Amino acid sequence: MSQYQPLQRRILTLPFAFLGLLALIGLYFLIERFVNGMGAVTNLNGGFPWGIWVVYDIVVGTALACGGYALAVTVYVFNKGQYHPLIRPALLASLLGYGLGGLGAIIDMGRWWQFYNLFLPWQMNFNSVMLEVGLCVSAYILVLLIEFLPTVLQKYNAETWLKRLNKVLFFVIALGVLLPTMHQSSLGTMLIAMGWKVHPLWQTLHLQPLLAVLTAFTMGFAIVMFEASLSAVGFRRDPETQLLSGLGRIMVGLIAFYLLIRFGEILLRGKFGLLFAADLASLMFLLETALFAYPVLVLRSASARNSPRALLYGAVSLLLAGALYRFNAFLITLDPGPGYSYFPALPELMVTIGLVAIEIMVFLFVIKTFPVLPRDHKGPASHG
Amino acid sequence: MNRRDFLRASLGSAAAALAPGAVSARENLSPAPQAVGMLFDSTLCVGCKACVAKCKEVNQMPPTPLGDEVYADFAQDLSPQTHNVIKVFRNGSPQTKDSPTDGFAFEKRSCMHCVDPGCVSVCPVTALVKHPVTGIVNYDADACIGCRTCMTGCPYNVPQFDYDNPFGLLHKCEFCNQKGLERIDQGLLTGCAEACPTGATLFGSREALLAEAKRRMALTPGEIYNYPMGDVRAPASHHEKAVPKYQQHIWGEREAGGTNVLHLSAIPFDQLGMPPLGERSYVSISEGVQHGLYSYMALPAVVLGGLTWLVKRNIDEDQEGDEQ
Repeated sequence: MSQYQPLQRRILTLPFAFLGLLALIGLYFLIERFVNGMGAVTNLNGGFPWGIWVVYDIVVGTALACGGYALAVTVYVFNKGQYHPLIRPALLASLLGYGLGGLGAIIDMGRWWQFYNLFLPWQMNFNSVMLEVGLCVSAYILVLLIEFLPTVLQKYNAETWLKRLNKVLFFVIALGVLLPTMHQSSLGTMLIAMGWKVHPLWQTLHLQPLLAVLTAFTMGFAIVMFEASLSAVGFRRDPETQLLSGLGRIMVGLIAFYLLIRFGEILLRGKFGLLFAADLASLMFLLETALFAYPVLVLRSASARNSPRALLYGAVSLLLAGALYRFNAFLITLDPGPGYSYFPALPELMVTIGLVAIEIMVFLFVIKTFPVLPRDHKGPASHG
Repeated sequence: MNRRDFLRASLGSAAAALAPGAVSARENLSPAPQAVGMLFDSTLCVGCKACVAKCKEVNQMPPTPLGDEVYADFAQDLSPQTHNVIKVFRNGSPQTKDSPTDGFAFEKRSCMHCVDPGCVSVCPVTALVKHPVTGIVNYDADACIGCRTCMTGCPYNVPQFDYDNPFGLLHKCEFCNQKGLERIDQGLLTGCAEACPTGATLFGSREALLAEAKRRMALTPGEIYNYPMGDVRAPASHHEKAVPKYQQHIWGEREAGGTNVLHLSAIPFDQLGMPPLGERSYVSISEGVQHGLYSYMALPAVVLGGLTWLVKRNIDEDQEGDEQ
């Protein structure tokens, strides 16, 4: 029998209904966006063409969806098979997160009915970082669908198809490691073209792709730890602490490396003084750095890494850190010049909240009906 | 080569490609051979906004009212209905025109038609195209997907998206040479240059305009100069005026690779709200990084090959382990 099993619980719960309500509100404003134009629901303007729909749904959202990517690298590239039980929920979350990113991109496209131009070779501009992001994200959504297919085939006992798929899956997995590396780095490269509008503390030019990949990677590990800890608490299942503490160790190393590069750049380019400017940017930088540093301090020792609570706190801190890094660079400290300011409108926020609600609803539905979560060895959920 | 060595080698090459220095940025692009441009001399501008009105007439855009006041155009900034605008800049108590202290000045904002345009470089679907001969940056609405990356990539916040129209498109100055208008191809001037009564907006080849700008730099403040109007190469008329105290800086000669629209002023350009740009265009750096990582997809292909090999090996090993 499989090492995975559906979580056999009721689907229609109170939280589920609440999420449904949020989804409906979001959908209402989404309809308004398509009928009356983006101006009817957003605060976008000439200086801030990208608001939370791009920065949260795509720039931050895809990084939060890097769990599948981080685990695939750990399991299949570094051959740490022991982390295998965590991979399906991570893949599902990645699929949903990237699906949301793709959907968010379409919603945010002012001329969405012409989106296919992105895929016409004679329209492509190979100098464009945005093209690379668009193509890679599209391709990666397909790859994630294929990577998740075994779960679906298993549910319907399609053994023959499962065997056929398994023969080619290794190549799909390899693509699933390459594609996020490519487009996550490109999200960073985008900041280079934005030039002087990006605050000097976040404008690192040639280092942008490296920092973007590193933060995506650390956030990937953090989201896996977060999901596993939450489902352990929320559904009273085995906490997979042993596995998670291993991931915690990798995470600490990666963050330390990231911080070294980040501060090295600031020191070498003579931007240290900006940290003490006591303005919004310096405050945001300090907050961001504190959130990055916290998991390193908390999860430094092996004993701390065996505490589920410390792991959860560390993961949450890192998720906030990575999200804030991208929010800061793309939105909060972005300065397109005098006369322009941006804060999301309520309807604009509700669309994003609605989309996230739908994402969580689908996640809950799928883990309750498909064999996604690792088999529980004690607890009430161990059905045959 | 064993697995560990291979892993180290492939990760090493990937890291090297991501590391600074390994990716060489390209040079700035050069001006088009027969680039057309405009020279805006802020010291000549009297703020009459004839250029704003003419631009709207030529490009068939509605005037911007101020509340109920519709007798004139009150456009404050670039917008989907305004491709060209005159802004007033004040410093202290605005008493003397063109004085850096307690002064005021008029400044024109419209597309600068960069020599190395950010919008053209970042657009994923080639909706913004720099004309290879004239250097004019044109917009193709049929290609545009409305992602607005061009707006993030423009150092001057020029492209404006029409958010209030569900089928809106991007709006920017196309030198009155877009499809259906083609004033330059017909040998005419841009609307704004034609309408300007003082020669503050002067049309011509980039080369001739740059020469004119340099000539003005060399003049002595107070001496009388005969300012041309219309096309600098064949002026429609002239007028004599005392030379102001110019800033010794031709905006657009070099900024971020240069622009085809050049600006002169008696007030420092940062005070006029011009962006802090160096000589290097940002997109020459981003394209360098982009092509360093993706040229001929060679690096991705090598990495994919290595990854495929590793993943297959690791999966096979796991399965053998399971069977034993």
